[in-house]
Amino acid sequence: MSTLLRLATAGSVDDGKSTLVGRLLHDCKAILADQIAHVKTVSEARGGDFDFALLTDGLRAEREQGITIDVAYRYFATDKRSFILADCPGHVQYTRNTVTGASTADVVIILVDARHGVLEQTRRHLAVAGLLRVPHVVLAVNKIDLVGYDEAGFTKIAKDVNEVADQLGIADIQAIPVSALVGDNVVDKSAETAWYDGPTLLEYLENATGRIDNSQQPLRFPVQYVIRPQTDDQYRDYRGYTGTVASGTVSVGDQVIVLPAGRRTSVAGIDRAVVTATSTAVVERPSAVAGEAVTVRLTDDLDVARGSVIVAAEASPGTRRELAATVSWLSDRPLTVGARVLIKHTTTTAQAIVTKITGALDLDTLGVIDATELALNDIGKVQLKIAAPLAADPYSSNTITGSFLLIDAHDGWTLAAGMIDDEEGELL
Amino acid sequence: MTTTTASSPTTVTELDALESESIFVFREVAAEFERPVILFSGGKDSIVMLHLARKAFSPAGVPFTLLHVDTGHNFPEVLAYRDAVVEQLGLRLEVARVEEYIADGRLRERTDGTRNQLQTIPLLDAINGHRFDAVFGGGRRDEERARAKERIFSLRDEFGQWDPRNQRPELWSLYNGKHRPGEHVRVFPLSNWTELDIWHYIEREQIPLPSIYYAHERDVFERDGMLLAVGPYSQPRAGETVAERTVRYRTVGDMSCTGAVASNATTAAEVVVEVAASEITERGATRADDRASEAAMEDRKREGYF
Repeated sequence: MSTLLRLATAGSVDDGKSTLVGRLLHDCKAILADQIAHVKTVSEARGGDFDFALLTDGLRAEREQGITIDVAYRYFATDKRSFILADCPGHVQYTRNTVTGASTADVVIILVDARHGVLEQTRRHLAVAGLLRVPHVVLAVNKIDLVGYDEAGFTKIAKDVNEVADQLGIADIQAIPVSALVGDNVVDKSAETAWYDGPTLLEYLENATGRIDNSQQPLRFPVQYVIRPQTDDQYRDYRGYTGTVASGTVSVGDQVIVLPAGRRTSVAGIDRAVVTATSTAVVERPSAVAGEAVTVRLTDDLDVARGSVIVAAEASPGTRRELAATVSWLSDRPLTVGARVLIKHTTTTAQAIVTKITGALDLDTLGVIDATELALNDIGKVQLKIAAPLAADPYSSNTITGSFLLIDAHDGWTLAAGMIDDEEGELL
Repeated sequence: MTTTTASSPTTVTELDALESESIFVFREVAAEFERPVILFSGGKDSIVMLHLARKAFSPAGVPFTLLHVDTGHNFPEVLAYRDAVVEQLGLRLEVARVEEYIADGRLRERTDGTRNQLQTIPLLDAINGHRFDAVFGGGRRDEERARAKERIFSLRDEFGQWDPRNQRPELWSLYNGKHRPGEHVRVFPLSNWTELDIWHYIEREQIPLPSIYYAHERDVFERDGMLLAVGPYSQPRAGETVAERTVRYRTVGDMSCTGAVASNATTAAEVVVEVAASEITERGATRADDRASEAAMEDRKREGYF
């Protein structure tokens, strides 16, 4: 059965990300005739060869400067599976956009120029992938043609990256020697790298396992919105709690606890919509698993609203008003201790105060160093005090109930991506 | 861009994942905004959007108003469809009319006679006038290279402008809908759907569409590689010959700049086969307005277009 794979690219400026993406799409025959004609016309008008990067660099400013500013999403399929590809920028300045693209990825492809090896931006992107717990990382050692398909150089870069990955706790990393421009090992195996016996990029992507399966975790069901039709028909007394199952399975008859109140009840019904041209109804189903958007009804008439989280009675996370977390700081304005912000965690938005900055990640040593503030693109560790109780888990066990945003209460800007630390201590 | 191999069908699991993602988005907006509105043109993407919104709130009704920006150059079949849906489901529909703006001089007819670009101001006026704070659009990232850059929640300033160089980060499924008075958020629940997904879904859910989406006989003439219908808004010029052909519409927009494609597909299943085998994107095949320049869509979107 074909499954969807979400991938994101990352790398430094001029590593050839957009070229690699263009090559991948082109060699998978996912570029249609009018798009090819368009790139040809534009390339020729600029007096150059066919520029693969023009297939994804969609903004005027990107094409003019030959850089990627924000994520471009592309969709393609092979006989084996479908892909959603987030082509992310390389500039340090636009790292927040790379974080955006990587946050939903199953695979991150990190590019390194075979001539330059590991750069600070490579370490930053590896840190982001490690922090977000992206399941798989591919190291694409690009422009391998420009170093004469040198095996020793490739091996050295792969070893350097593996050391960094180890320190960051990235378990699954595959290095592949490629030339995006020429097409070596992107879709087709290169005759020039006989010393390499691993998969091509596409082979790897077609066979990578997808999303982490959250269905075996304890039930977490954040309530989004309460449905009460109050119509005069069979649904007069209907009261359903809508949401998407964040983890686990919910079944009719399950014993559950509604947080933050902590009340115990059981699942009376699980409904899924059936709509036709003229009718709107629901059908009952016995259960729903992680990822499914459903409506849950409960046996007892409790106070349940947006922000409530329905959890497995035998494995409740409880609630907390204080969190220790690792944040990726995404704003031009630095974070300082005492800052008042909004926190958005599942379906709850509440006020929060940053009570402590306990450290920042040093990209050179990959250790945590003392810090009094966090600047744009910094990865740091903070403590928060929150105005409302949150039903939170560590990010390592649940990426949905373990993640949050910090938001500027005044202008609404997204300040930080946050990942809740394990109780016993360090995420980094 | 569309997927290209007929042998790579969208499985039920993929469609279910896309459906759940869209339903999640509708529920977030219903919970966090005061006055959301769905842009509803009677085109296939807006029809799928409405279908998903109905699913999100079933068995209750859709808690959103619909808004149609009417260019005055609509296919009659599409207007009839729109009105029937509104009537059947008891929805509220607001219509912003480009024609009124032209009549009183606030907008001037373009020399090429097309009106797609004239929709921006009536759209922004309607958003301001009704104080809509969340505006659902049926745009998909696979349609066009500027749309490929969109967030699912995309902020517009008080002039309705999009700033593609300074978009908010969008992490996981934590959508940030915060905005200041006067600003609004465009929401794209179909961001991750492809044209092929849309047709698979229409087939699976048996969603009725306006008849022009399926093969029918029509008098057309060829211009710039597109088949344009002979009608009140598009007449053949000297040298362009009219012929009756079997065609269908792959997109439905302003009649003056939307082309048909030769097709014998009379059901959603047949359209799926055709789209999967197509070698040209839907906008490339059918939209004159996107051919204006390399960044035509980006420029329109910056000004506040859909």
